[in-house]
Amino acid sequence: MSAPNKSYDPVEVEALKPEKIDQAREEALAAVAAAPDLEALREVKAAHAGDRSPLALANREIGALPPHAKADAGKRVGQARGAVNKALAARQAELEAERDERVLVEEAVDVTLPYDRVPAGARHPLTTLSERIEDIFVAMGYEVAEGPEVEAEWFNFDALNFLPDHPARTTTDTFFVQGDDDGGTDAEDASGLVLRTHTSPVQVRSLLERELPVYVICPGRVFRTDELDATHTPVFTQVELLAIDEGLTMADLKGTLDHMVRALFGPDMKTRLRPYHFPFTEPSAEMDMVCYVCHGASVGDAARPCRTCSSEGWIELGGCGVVNPRVLAACGVDPERYSGFAFGFGIERMLMFRHNVEDMRDMVEGDVRFTRPFGMEI
Amino acid sequence: MRAPLSWLREYVDLPAGETGRDVAARLIDAGLEVETVERLGDGLKGPLVVGRVLAIEELTGFKKPIRWCQVDVGGANGTGDPQNIVCGATNFAVGDKVVVVLPGAVLPGDFHIAARKTYGHVSEGMICSAAELDMGDDHDGIIVLPPEYEPGTDAVELLELVDEVLDIAVTPDRGYTLSMRGVARETAISYGLPPRDPALIDVPAPNEYGYPVEVLDAEACDRFTARTVTGVRPEAQSPIWMRRRLQKSGMRPVSLPVDITNYVMLELGTPLHAYDRQRLDGAITVRRAAAGERMTTLEGVERVLRAEDLVIADASGPIGLAGVMGGAHSEVADPEQDPETGEWRGSTELVVEAAHFEPLTIARTARHHRMSTEGSRRWERGVDPDAAAAAAQRTVDLLVLLAGASAEAGVTEVAVPAAPRTVVMAAAHPSRVAGVDYGRETVVRRLQQIGCDVQGQDELTVTAPSWRPDLVDPNDLAEEVIRLEGYENLPSTLPRLPSARGLTERQRLHRRVGRALAAAGYVEALNYPFLSESVLDQLRLPADDPCRRTVRLVNPLSDEEPALRTTLLPGLLAALRRNEGRGGEGTHGGLALFETGLVFLPTGDEPRPVRLPVDARPSDADIAALDAALPHQPRHAAVVLTGSREQAGWWGPGRPADWADAVEAARTVAKAAGVELTVTSGAYGPWHPGRCARLTAGERHVGWAGELHPGVLKSLGLPARTCAMELDLDAVEAASAGPVLAPYVSTYPVATRDVALIVDDAVPAADVETALREGAGELLESVRLFDVFTGEQVGGGRKSLAYALRLRAADRTLTADEASAARDAAVAAAVARTGATLRGA
Repeated sequence: MSAPNKSYDPVEVEALKPEKIDQAREEALAAVAAAPDLEALREVKAAHAGDRSPLALANREIGALPPHAKADAGKRVGQARGAVNKALAARQAELEAERDERVLVEEAVDVTLPYDRVPAGARHPLTTLSERIEDIFVAMGYEVAEGPEVEAEWFNFDALNFLPDHPARTTTDTFFVQGDDDGGTDAEDASGLVLRTHTSPVQVRSLLERELPVYVICPGRVFRTDELDATHTPVFTQVELLAIDEGLTMADLKGTLDHMVRALFGPDMKTRLRPYHFPFTEPSAEMDMVCYVCHGASVGDAARPCRTCSSEGWIELGGCGVVNPRVLAACGVDPERYSGFAFGFGIERMLMFRHNVEDMRDMVEGDVRFTRPFGMEI
Repeated sequence: MRAPLSWLREYVDLPAGETGRDVAARLIDAGLEVETVERLGDGLKGPLVVGRVLAIEELTGFKKPIRWCQVDVGGANGTGDPQNIVCGATNFAVGDKVVVVLPGAVLPGDFHIAARKTYGHVSEGMICSAAELDMGDDHDGIIVLPPEYEPGTDAVELLELVDEVLDIAVTPDRGYTLSMRGVARETAISYGLPPRDPALIDVPAPNEYGYPVEVLDAEACDRFTARTVTGVRPEAQSPIWMRRRLQKSGMRPVSLPVDITNYVMLELGTPLHAYDRQRLDGAITVRRAAAGERMTTLEGVERVLRAEDLVIADASGPIGLAGVMGGAHSEVADPEQDPETGEWRGSTELVVEAAHFEPLTIARTARHHRMSTEGSRRWERGVDPDAAAAAAQRTVDLLVLLAGASAEAGVTEVAVPAAPRTVVMAAAHPSRVAGVDYGRETVVRRLQQIGCDVQGQDELTVTAPSWRPDLVDPNDLAEEVIRLEGYENLPSTLPRLPSARGLTERQRLHRRVGRALAAAGYVEALNYPFLSESVLDQLRLPADDPCRRTVRLVNPLSDEEPALRTTLLPGLLAALRRNEGRGGEGTHGGLALFETGLVFLPTGDEPRPVRLPVDARPSDADIAALDAALPHQPRHAAVVLTGSREQAGWWGPGRPADWADAVEAARTVAKAAGVELTVTSGAYGPWHPGRCARLTAGERHVGWAGELHPGVLKSLGLPARTCAMELDLDAVEAASAGPVLAPYVSTYPVATRDVALIVDDAVPAADVETALREGAGELLESVRLFDVFTGEQVGGGRKSLAYALRLRAADRTLTADEASAARDAAVAAAVARTGATLRGA
């Protein structure tokens, strides 16, 4: 660093002349304002605020001034540099904002482009409908019980008060498993095993295995010798319910059914019981639910027919009743102390009317176009 | 049971305006399954009258016989002149009485009648057939009426053409409603009216002069009444009212004696049989058949009998299959007119049988011989034993009245005395079952209405009527009270349930598996479990493969598929093929299906199931023995996939489904169960031998995954490169480690080291990774294979595997030396175990 030169005449330092500094400042500000983009601004910055810029050079000269002149010159140069830097920063921000905006515009895409790289899968609506029904009863305190599909006749028939000569116990209704002798086409020659015709054997197993009281729901596949057509399938899905406790009544059965149809079809639903006959329940009933589409309004109104209930006002669901004390006895439950109710229905029909399925074959053929729209839940 | 409303009104004073629908609604509420209400003659409008054929001219020159007739219709046409009518039927002659519909009338089916020109004449109406009048008879000839009706008589009324018929499906416990008597009783109760019981008629006491009958099996036949009539006029015809009731009830009129027995059966519910006495050979016996004994039943079929078949026999052998069908030999002859002399011939002396048979015996015989008759249907559901004598009497009365017969004085009755059936029931029991307080009065009144005798106060001793063999238990009586009080009046209450445990782990797992596979793009298919065993050949299963041991059905739906599935693949592949055949989902589409379900794996050593009692709980040992008879039925999970796994699109090219997707599907399932699968290379029937992954969970082999064998795909007609996976889901579940244990999450920085190892092609990547993992020790956080490279640089028959190792300590920042030492240890282990060399080393 050079020593102060006392004899130095400030007038002679050309660069520090006020008009020179003002001029450099004005030129710098003009250049900043004129910079059209960030690249130009960078050049402007180097030229007017860089190390070799007039104001930077002027600033270096200040040290050579006598002490009394330094303050004045320093202030003048400092103010000029401050103004230039401020203008640069402002312009920088301005241009950056412009650029950012332009990039966003340039990056725009067509968001309507389809995307089906890996098409979504789906669960079968019978599976999800069964689960939905299970969940209604699980929420009430029932447990879900399961059992084998190839079942002993004792579980499928005998314990359920089907006498040995019951018409259901023939090859016209029931699939029989062959015995070892491999011959015979008669139920009588068979192995004593059948493809279960309902999930009622699971009820029997539940009574044998569980502690009382028993409240179970038994979903599952069942088998009857119907040919497949639009409204029949030899393999179908049942949901059955069994409640055995002290003091259970038919009114409890009615209330439980009412609750189920409300949970599935809405708060204004109800059921109707009609006397019927089953070996495993006594009294027995068939159960109908109010048509959830027309609510009975189509009955006798030819102008507004209802396809869902065929203008009957009611939709048939399945069978139910008070568990026959003979079934309880076969399962070692004291019928004097315990009573209960049971019901069962096929959910294929419910899927048909709840979701407008017109042909039952769609449920068994596995066509992905049928299943995919049902997604994960129903 | 088809019950005509007009007939029903004979026993119940129904309100005049009551329609068939009204009655049906009441009966449905009472528990009778009225399936339809048929409105006969709906829309029918006269004039429809009796006509007498005056003249017939046969017209010629047409393709079929055409008659130009003049018919006297009395004053029905307003002029009294003969009516000119063209007719296409030929089963009538001059002088016959026929049914004529005149212009202006409307026949059922909205068929308007007008005078119209046809076959060159103006036909002023029509001579009617039964079918045209909706008379429930398939006879297409025109109706020829008995001669006693005057021309011009209104035929709508005469033929009772306007009526309603309730068609009732009869459940096994309500055999008594297979009669007008039973339907009338239920109808009367529904309306709170007193019924008239047609069985309440005077019956003469049995005596010694009747036709000799010997019952040798009193258990199968506890009642046998025989009556004899003589002097039956063969020319006597069934009156119109009887024919019409038979027709409306779905039976065809045959001949007067047969019609009478059918009519009485419909009326009282007791099936009857009439024998031609002149063809009987000695006493009637009721006995079991001798095995192999033969008889020809009246429809002309020779039957070989079994020792358990109950027969009615005479000295010549069986003359009837008891309760099912009579024999041809002793059949009542159809009356015939001698064309020469005009004389009528037919049976003139009849023995009428009214008996009571044990239901099961009849049901078994009917089932074995595949003969479901009006009689057997009634016996199977139970017939009133006490109505036998009345039914015989009613038959005799009608034969006397309509056939000019004389009743012989002899009355044979063989009856096994039976104690009345009583049920003891608490008076409060129906209320307890229903959840409604009916009160004793109501209970007693309702039971009396159905014909019970009721004694006692709090405890009732109830004697069931003879026609209700189904009333055995207190709950049977409770049902009667509750149904008559109305199921629709039951309140709706909910039980209070004890706390429950929700879904089991297993049930949750099954749902998770389904969701996971669906989320991965698979669509669930629920396939039938029926299997064609030839598919197992097409799947190239080894001869001794356990999957070849199948459960077979006695009565499969199709002989092509007699067995139950041992693997899910055949069903899934068939569904895949079906989808393909329907064009899949367009040109870019791939197909990915999954199924979870039971397969059936017998060992072949299952014992036959024991016959267990039903009167008490079987012992645990008995239940276990029964379960041992069942085949193993594990739940499997499987996927099949073909075509593109990722579709091509604006984002770039697609990716075909390959073996790795199948393996990944298996991992997806296993992960849902919290199980890490071990994958080793394997070879098994259906799969491509070089692209088959053997899957193990823990020590247990749980399934296979990979690309299917080209030969399998070819023989099954499936697209090339189709891939599949099948897992024993139960086995996977069993390997589950239980709840996830949370890892320790270190907040110290991670050190990463990449290594590239060169190994022989044959070395599985899984082995290299295992070695790296174990060599690196506990500092290793994760290892990931990020590249596989083959080429000149690594040499033929070799591959370079590039791994990224992430290393981290739980309690400190690792130094560079520590990280490198861990890497070196990992590499050293890989070198030692797999013969790897470090690339670039």
